[in-house]
Amino acid sequence: MSPLGRPSPFGGGELVRMAHGGGGRAMWDLLRSLLPALPGMPTPDELHDAATLDAGPGRIAFTTDSYVVSPRSFPGGDIGDLAVNGTVNDLAMAGARPLWLSCSLIVEEGLPTVELERVLRSIGRAAQAAGVTVVTGDTKVVERGKGDGLFVNTSGIGAVPEGVTIGPASIRPGDAVVSSGDLGRHAVAVMTAREGIDAGVASDTTPLHGAVAALLAASVDVHCLRDPTRGGLASTLVELAEASGLAMEVREDTIAVSEGVQGVCELLGLDPLYLANEGRFVAFVPETDATRAVAVLRNRPESAGAAVIGRVLDDRTPLVTLASRYGGRRNLSMLSGEALPRIC
Amino acid sequence: MRFVEEFRSEAEVRRLALAIARLVTRPWSVMEVCGGQTHSIVKHGLTELLPEGVELVHGPGCPVCVTPVDKVDAALDLARRSEVILCTFGDMQRVPGTTGDLARAKAEGADVRIVYSPLDAVELAAAVPTREVVFFAVGFETTAPATALAVLHAARRRVDNFSLLVAHVLVPPALNALLADDGRRVQAFLAAGHVCAVAGYAAYEAIVARHRVPIVVTGFEPVDIMAGVYRCLRQLEEGRAEVENQYERCARLNGNPEARAAVDAVFQVSDAAWRGLGELPESGLRLRPGLARFDAERRFGAPYGRDELASGCLAGKVLTGALKPTACPHFGGRCRPETPLGAPMVSSEGACAAYYQYRRRKES
Repeated sequence: MSPLGRPSPFGGGELVRMAHGGGGRAMWDLLRSLLPALPGMPTPDELHDAATLDAGPGRIAFTTDSYVVSPRSFPGGDIGDLAVNGTVNDLAMAGARPLWLSCSLIVEEGLPTVELERVLRSIGRAAQAAGVTVVTGDTKVVERGKGDGLFVNTSGIGAVPEGVTIGPASIRPGDAVVSSGDLGRHAVAVMTAREGIDAGVASDTTPLHGAVAALLAASVDVHCLRDPTRGGLASTLVELAEASGLAMEVREDTIAVSEGVQGVCELLGLDPLYLANEGRFVAFVPETDATRAVAVLRNRPESAGAAVIGRVLDDRTPLVTLASRYGGRRNLSMLSGEALPRIC
Repeated sequence: MRFVEEFRSEAEVRRLALAIARLVTRPWSVMEVCGGQTHSIVKHGLTELLPEGVELVHGPGCPVCVTPVDKVDAALDLARRSEVILCTFGDMQRVPGTTGDLARAKAEGADVRIVYSPLDAVELAAAVPTREVVFFAVGFETTAPATALAVLHAARRRVDNFSLLVAHVLVPPALNALLADDGRRVQAFLAAGHVCAVAGYAAYEAIVARHRVPIVVTGFEPVDIMAGVYRCLRQLEEGRAEVENQYERCARLNGNPEARAAVDAVFQVSDAAWRGLGELPESGLRLRPGLARFDAERRFGAPYGRDELASGCLAGKVLTGALKPTACPHFGGRCRPETPLGAPMVSSEGACAAYYQYRRRKES
């Protein structure tokens, strides 16, 4: 019998048992078998209660996020790469260069170990692609029925380059609002996977720090960045209007939505402006830098669809207005309630 | 995207706006019956394209909104029973009853599940034979066929632990009730295109004959709405009152025969209570006697009878077009989507939700 667990009574391979979270031999064996999936992670024998890191001089960015997506695998990704990219992107939105991640797993008893291994490999691949190292972690096993297969938490640390102060307080009247691409792919990929619909739409999950670094390297004066995850672009803009105390206006005809996403939205009555993204961001830059920012972003595959979608107004009423294709105008509001539960 | 883009054409919308401006000689009031149309109108800012004096009034066509409070309470009571899994469309989740809403009941431990189709509820019942699966069947003629198919499916497969809390209602009786009202302000109707796609529009001939009011069967895209409004106004200006069909690509005089046959096999027309309109004769559906075993109210007993919320919600006036959501004293203050006083603020077809979500709150 493998150290990973007992054969399933249903004949479907080995399953995670309570003992794998018990701190004893079974857990140790599990760690030994899983950790090689994470490049750069200390070996079990090197593991200590805490990682010690040399962050160098300057400020660091620090963030955390938990991932509970259902289903755990969907077109374009799974809970593993989502857990890496999501946290990397939160660091990137502060202008930071992502360096280290922690990774905590809460596993429900009975999860097939092959799936756990698959997710770990996915975490390892995504970390490598993003140039970050998983330096510490934890595994807990909860009784069957007390979790939903697998929850992942990652925290991340990144280095903030000197002189970079990216945030809502830096947004200024006249700033251009730049979107890095089309909207809604992640939400639609998860939703269609859940419902067993093949819409041909893959999640946009991808690390965004490279695109941010390219903007900074091109001396674009980035005032604020935000990735429109849950709640979508509309909620993100309303959040930033309120945080900056400034009005914004976006134009409906400049906001890109792919045909596949649009089709699902028509079918299910969803509004792409409220759908979650996992590989998109909006950037607030001075109007004079907008053309250059778009050109820099369009040069990279993850932001090839970049475009100016609106501007910040010289108006202290924190409202977001959408100019419709018909010349009408309406306010955008934050998403109310839950549109789609557990998509990240 | 075909069948979408051509009905969202900016050029066509502007052309119709111009035609309307040239046509009208005096003020008119047109009711869009369906909440889906209300959302489209407000979302795309179509009222801004109409000449002054032409008013669009929203109607009762939001199934969640017209569902009486005692049905919401019945759903809450059922959901709180340990043996019951209550299945519902997402819209119903946050509609307040007198003892909370389904989302809160779920958080408190009730087994409430969101389904896209009533057939999913039948599948669920077949998969968990030890539980009672109740589907909260709300909606107009549009959703009734799917509910009917679910019942037929359950009967055929002998899924005995499936039942319905029926709150299906019919559009034509509601229009009759609105027109019978003395203080009537509405001079023409945009009938709901999708309702007519299922049920046809033959029933509107009698309404037109009796009340001499133009009715135009209308779709939901901006071009549809503008064309429907244009046709209503043209009839009004010319002193005509007829049924016209703008939604020709979907709606036929007799609707969808298969869908109607399924509804007819499962349901019979009955009196029904509407929030805002009260009890209307022959305005709802109930299960035929041979299928009464699928009636959750019969299966579990239903000692309900509360009819209005004490919250202060003025849904009745909003649903009859007598009160614009923005004119309600609670709108945007005590009543918001996060803290709704009534269904029109939370339903995706609710007029208050449409105005709250899309209306400009400040002229700039």
